[in-house]
Amino acid sequence: MEYKPIRKVVSGNYAAAYAALHARVQVVAAYPITPQTSIIEKIAEFIANGLADIQYIPVESEHSAMAACIGASATGARVFTATSAQGLALMHEMLHWASGARLPIVMVNVNRAMAPPWSVWDDQTDSLAQRDTGWMQFYAENNQEVYDGVLMAYKIAENVNLPAMIIESAFILSHTYDVVEMIPQELVDEFLPPRKPLYSLANFDEPFAVGGLATPNDYYEFRYKIAKAMEEAKKVIKEVGKEFGERFGRDYSEMIEKAYIDDADFVFMGMGSLMGTVKEAVDLLRKEGYKVGYAKVRWFRPFPKEELMEIAESVKGIAVLDRNFSFGQEGILFNEAKGSLYNTSARPIMKDYIVGLGGRDFTVKDVKAIAEDMKKIIESGKLDREIEWYHLKR
Amino acid sequence: MNTLFGKIKEEAKQISPKSVEEYPEAPISLGTTLINFTGDWRTFMPVIDESKCVKCYICWKFCPEPAIYIKPDGMVAVDYDYCKGCGICANECPTKAIAMVREEK
Ligand code: SF4
Ligand code: SF4
Repeated sequence: MEYKPIRKVVSGNYAAAYAALHARVQVVAAYPITPQTSIIEKIAEFIANGLADIQYIPVESEHSAMAACIGASATGARVFTATSAQGLALMHEMLHWASGARLPIVMVNVNRAMAPPWSVWDDQTDSLAQRDTGWMQFYAENNQEVYDGVLMAYKIAENVNLPAMIIESAFILSHTYDVVEMIPQELVDEFLPPRKPLYSLANFDEPFAVGGLATPNDYYEFRYKIAKAMEEAKKVIKEVGKEFGERFGRDYSEMIEKAYIDDADFVFMGMGSLMGTVKEAVDLLRKEGYKVGYAKVRWFRPFPKEELMEIAESVKGIAVLDRNFSFGQEGILFNEAKGSLYNTSARPIMKDYIVGLGGRDFTVKDVKAIAEDMKKIIESGKLDREIEWYHLKR
Repeated sequence: MNTLFGKIKEEAKQISPKSVEEYPEAPISLGTTLINFTGDWRTFMPVIDESKCVKCYICWKFCPEPAIYIKPDGMVAVDYDYCKGCGICANECPTKAIAMVREEK
């Protein structure tokens, strides 16, 4: 069948819901939380209209939502859920159970600032705080990437038997409408065959125990297996991303999307929707003669260390844009990126710009101002300060 | 231990993974503590002095694991595959027949 995309004008949340529908998820367990609510409302609507044969499990909290997803996934079903901020934090304990039991659950997290003070706007600290739970993390730049990300995530997750989180920005994507090219169901089915589970609780011929005790004699080996699966995931991500490109025209074979790297003095590095703004700004800056590049980190877990090392070899500086912060240290992406380059000889000057926390606007004008600052640093070779709270009212 | 349980345990030890490759991908198991031995974090191990034992079986009743079993001859013995070295048996034994000895590993 020839690929003819179905164009729909949808919000990021609806893009997520359609992707779940097209992935033929069998079980959804979720609790509504702003700004995620419209994802699961849309899925409920699909079910009510007879469009989908999905078991919908209403629960009383996100902790239970993830618990239900884990149980369902352990039977071999394809499972979906979605959450935001405090809801994700409430899931934290269960996130470990999902990855530890090697269940390829896919979840959309709508990035939202953590309270207090109460905020429903965009901020990456909620998902980045789940860094060490053994979940893969994909940061979508736009609604199209939300849709594509969910479909690819199932294929990758079910290949390496680890759960994956697709992350989109609160309101900037979740509630903003844009054209999304959707894939006809038959072609999605070809790309994403039914799940072949590692084990299934529904297999009554071979009973076994899950979640049992591992003494110090056994636990260590299981952790190593997860570490190895994460490493393996890098290869699978690139293969699946390439296949997606060949089939549907949008290539995701790079874990870091790059532009103008080769002759750039410095690059902007960041994740998620803010990189759309940077993309536009970099095009304008190039026209004005700035030698700037663009490096969008798509996958934060597994971390694309090798790709980052390649970029570092060709540039003099990296401006990291962090819409997040780890108190007592620095921006989380900055911390990861810097750490990845410690054992190499290529160590460009790096500066951490803390931007857009709690939904503060981040515009093309801001990117230009940061470019000006970075230019000075590169020319003088002197880093004035490592961390800059860019928007602070002074 | 000349019982069916003992035989199963011996077989379990034979098939238990020796290298990381032999471990299953996910932490699932075909049995519970029948093949998962919980007695590997001891510091002190109980040692029974059979000459002092009066076969009151208080240790057998109190052991929380339970790692104490009664042999066909009526004497008590410790199954070190499950004993966690808590010392309750030694504490409860009325004749002080059980000594807690530091285990060399
Ligand atoms: S030390 Fe504790 S576990 Fe071991 S045999 Fe005595 S009571 Fe049971
Ligand atoms: S409590 Fe002491 S005396 Fe009684 S059965 Fe156990 S070892 Fe023997």
